[in-house]
Amino acid sequence: MTFASRSIVAGHRRAFSFLLVAILLLVTLTARAAVDTFEFANDEQQHRFRTLSNEFRCPMCQNTNLTGSGGGVAEDLRREIYLMIVDGKTDDEIKEFMFERYGNFIFYRPRLTIQTILLWFGPLVFLLLGGWLVIGIIRRARSRVQPETALDEAEQERLRKLLKKVEN
Amino acid sequence: MSRLKLFIPVVVFVALALMLWRGLYLDPRTLPSVLINKPLPEFSLPTVESGDTLMSKADLPKEPFLLNVWGSYCLPCLQENPILMQAAEDNLVPIIGINYRDKPNLAQMWLADNGSPFEYSVLDESGRLGIDLGVYGAPETFVIDGNGVIRYKHIGAIDYKAWQDEIMPAIAAVKAESLN
Repeated sequence: MTFASRSIVAGHRRAFSFLLVAILLLVTLTARAAVDTFEFANDEQQHRFRTLSNEFRCPMCQNTNLTGSGGGVAEDLRREIYLMIVDGKTDDEIKEFMFERYGNFIFYRPRLTIQTILLWFGPLVFLLLGGWLVIGIIRRARSRVQPETALDEAEQERLRKLLKKVEN
Repeated sequence: MSRLKLFIPVVVFVALALMLWRGLYLDPRTLPSVLINKPLPEFSLPTVESGDTLMSKADLPKEPFLLNVWGSYCLPCLQENPILMQAAEDNLVPIIGINYRDKPNLAQMWLADNGSPFEYSVLDESGRLGIDLGVYGAPETFVIDGNGVIRYKHIGAIDYKAWQDEIMPAIAAVKAESLN
């Protein structure tokens, strides 16, 4: 193979990989467009939209958030979040809107109420309980071992005498 | 006393096992509605039957009635239709439909094919009224009292058991109340 023909092959390869990258880019661009068709005034709004859609749970396809769900109601709720953001509603107002209609279920991080208090603080209670148990066990184990190892006055005296004997 | 302490793990295990055992038989789909005992939301929407006339909350019956969320794409709606048809025939309570996320022509065809138990069906093409009602998919059925307050919600198709054990008692309770 001559130098010229090799460079033509290399040129073809370069063109081919360029084409491949272009096609891949096109594919990803269309895939993205299918998910996000909303237009926002600024990045901050778009960021809030993403965060909120990630934080709400889809009521229909349980265990996916609104972002990941293809369900009809998720589509509607995403649109509703978008409209409220564009309308200038705060995150708290949007959360309240969802809560009034779908209750605690809509939140992946449920609100602190009487019903969810165990959910929030249960683990802490169990941790404290476990810690208290462990400390209790360790303390008892220590107090059981110590009297056996410690020598009283008479024993100390004997030990001293014995050591002296060895030294002499 | 310390002997008794040895049984603590067993007690914890049994308690946990019982809780998880119960959890096995809970239906994760039956979400408690937060809208029970709340008034119906305001709306102004056309109906499937008559294209342009707008219906609002004020046009709804002033007596206890059923509000059924349905769609032509929804198979369980087809399944519960005979029960609703029978209830309509018996003149038990008025039944109002909410045609949820559907196309008007498809909805009309569905009603023509399967029969309509509804006085009329409100056309909620965008699903916006559905959101206000905390709907997450057809079919859902609400029992509404004479004051327009939501009193009961059934999620999924109504079978004969659900009709006998849930919907009928809910209607009876609301009706008895409105007589007093």
